[in-house]
Amino acid sequence: MSDLETFRSETRAWLEANCPAEMREPVRDDGDVYWGGRNATFKSDAQKAWFEACRDKGYTVPAWPKEYGGAGLSPAEAKVLREVMASINARPPLSSFGIWMLGPALLHFGTEGQKQRFLNEIARGEIRWCQGYSEPGSGSDLVSLQTYGEDKGDHWVVNGQKVWTSYADKADWIFCLVRTDKNDKYRGITFMLFDMATAGASTKPILLISGNSPFCETFFDDVKVPKSYGEDVPAQVGEINRGWDVAKYLLGHEREMISGADGGNTGTIGGALSRNSVDMDPLLRAELAMFDVDALAYAAMGEKFLDEIKVGKAHPAQPNMMKYAGTELNKRRHELIMSAGGSTALEWDSEETEGGKPSRNWLRTKANSIEGGTSEVMLNVISKRILELPGG
Amino acid sequence: MPLYHNDDQAMLAESAGQFMGEEGAIARQLRHWRDRDCKDGFGHDLWKQFGEMGFTGILVDEDNGGLGMGHVEAGIVLEEVGRNLTPSPFLTSSVLAATALKHGSDDMRGRYLPGLVAGDSVFAVAVDEGAKHNPSRIATRAEKSGNGFKLSGKKDFVIQGASADMLVVAARTSGSDGDENGITLFAVPKDATNMSHDAVRLVDSSMATHTTFDAVELDGDAVIGEVDNGRAILDAMLDAGRVGSAAEGVGVARGAMDLTVDYLKQRKQFGTLIGEFQALQHRAAHLYSEVEIARAAVIKAQQLLDGDSDKASLMASVAKAKVAKTAGLAVREGVQMHGGIGMTDEYDIGLYMKRDRALQEFLGDAYFHANRVAELSGY
Repeated sequence: MSDLETFRSETRAWLEANCPAEMREPVRDDGDVYWGGRNATFKSDAQKAWFEACRDKGYTVPAWPKEYGGAGLSPAEAKVLREVMASINARPPLSSFGIWMLGPALLHFGTEGQKQRFLNEIARGEIRWCQGYSEPGSGSDLVSLQTYGEDKGDHWVVNGQKVWTSYADKADWIFCLVRTDKNDKYRGITFMLFDMATAGASTKPILLISGNSPFCETFFDDVKVPKSYGEDVPAQVGEINRGWDVAKYLLGHEREMISGADGGNTGTIGGALSRNSVDMDPLLRAELAMFDVDALAYAAMGEKFLDEIKVGKAHPAQPNMMKYAGTELNKRRHELIMSAGGSTALEWDSEETEGGKPSRNWLRTKANSIEGGTSEVMLNVISKRILELPGG
Repeated sequence: MPLYHNDDQAMLAESAGQFMGEEGAIARQLRHWRDRDCKDGFGHDLWKQFGEMGFTGILVDEDNGGLGMGHVEAGIVLEEVGRNLTPSPFLTSSVLAATALKHGSDDMRGRYLPGLVAGDSVFAVAVDEGAKHNPSRIATRAEKSGNGFKLSGKKDFVIQGASADMLVVAARTSGSDGDENGITLFAVPKDATNMSHDAVRLVDSSMATHTTFDAVELDGDAVIGEVDNGRAILDAMLDAGRVGSAAEGVGVARGAMDLTVDYLKQRKQFGTLIGEFQALQHRAAHLYSEVEIARAAVIKAQQLLDGDSDKASLMASVAKAKVAKTAGLAVREGVQMHGGIGMTDEYDIGLYMKRDRALQEFLGDAYFHANRVAELSGY
């Protein structure tokens, strides 16, 4: 048996022994997701047991090095783990922006001290992070952001406002873009880490058209951010005034995630929707069929994109194309789900719709082509960087 | 298998690209033959060169002198054919007919394949009956007669039918017109008596025929595969052709897009390059995205076909439908963004529009294939 096959059978046995039956059910709502953090509570004993078993094994972040709380798996082993977990429908033991966003940025740009401290905290689910990028007036055009950190020697004093900060009200720390040089539009931004419990930091939830929302407005009123949290643990990631490099790297990860290159929103819908609808309109059926053609083609693109990324064949701006096409497709998907659902899909809080799932999801997708860079910005990037069309 | 070309395939793409860009270029082939009102719609010398390059026998096994490669490789040649609008019998002869002949007897394969591999023979396929592709309804009949059959009926949209040395004909040997079963494929030689071609030139300057069979007498050894059980071979042939025509369509889309993007970088209006206008940038970027996605669908379909996957038919239709939509978008945007010049015969962009139109219709359009995707998905 090859090493990989040994690993597969051992992993299967470990999961059999450690993943409780309750944790092999699909995630139904946000309560089924464990986000970690200082004030986190578990929904059930099974959720706690599953999280702790994974944490101790390094499986909250399997591909990270062992010294930072991961399991140090090779890409091939990590793939096997994903496959085996998927085969028993295991829930993710821990979800967090620390894992998806800050972690990759720290692995790439962080100091050894930062990695030791923050990556371990993330892997163990001790600190819950939020992302402070967008501002009122600075959405996709991030370089225009205004939140300002004034240099006071051993610390900054940060003033300003962020918006669309997902789960800011539940987060312990923030990774935040702060202008530290007003004279340099691109370079004068620093990627800072600080505690949301610091005096002067406050949050306010934003109610969305879907009736609920993870988003907040975040305010900084003379927030004192120390420049260092100890030896080799600076408060900024990368260099001061060069936070844009970190932010761009991280946005690449975010776009891949939103675009569903991971298979999240690539499915067809015609088969499932038409089964529930005896009197399907032939034109609606035709639209569903055209959608399925596009969805299957996009799924092939997702597969091709990942294959090419692995061997460095993908154009660096290809994630922008995936994000653009994936989010536009997902909006169309939910328009069609609403059409096929008819009046039932309109029910806002009935049992039939599990609390208005179709309509809330439909409304939620409208943000797909806005968050993480709008479709228009994606098209700008494609036309400039891939097609090399002229102009500023 | 990863969804990109391996080293050997990348080499093939390079040589096919170079060959088609030089020998198969628009001025040298498409315009040349069109302006001479060529009765075949393509040049036999070029077809001979296809043979010398080894392209003709890509899908023919080595025992019959071919290369024994797959649909990914055939698609590589077709994408370059599409990009350069190179008129040739490659799709009908080397993809469709060659796929059908895989099921022919040794004797039949020995009779036809060496000529194909050498670039001497040209084959056509006669499936459609009527203006829209509908292979589930076949009315052309072949009735038992002595040791052989008598073939009667009429086929339409037979590409290069009058130039072909042999036609693969789908006919009914039992049952009624709409039946799934009862289909038999025949290899009908060009000199068959009582077969007549009404040749027509199409919008893209290619030649097609309405072909009539009036009690054409065929020997028993003209049967490809088994009598009455030809549906599976017909489907395999059509799926190969669909994936192949999708690959050619991607080439057409890329050719049109490249021409257009180049033009956006050169043409000035109102004192600026028109490629600086965001309205045009966004449309070009959208087009690029669609072309990339269509290419992914095509290579996925090629790999599934090569791997004999039971998902191959579904993906063949996905690829054909997606490419039809995408190439259509590419040529429409191309002509529009070229402005008035895009309407002139002198500029090539209009030739792409014409070729795309014919290719969309060949072996089923986007509507046909979206419908097939729905049926294969159970709705």
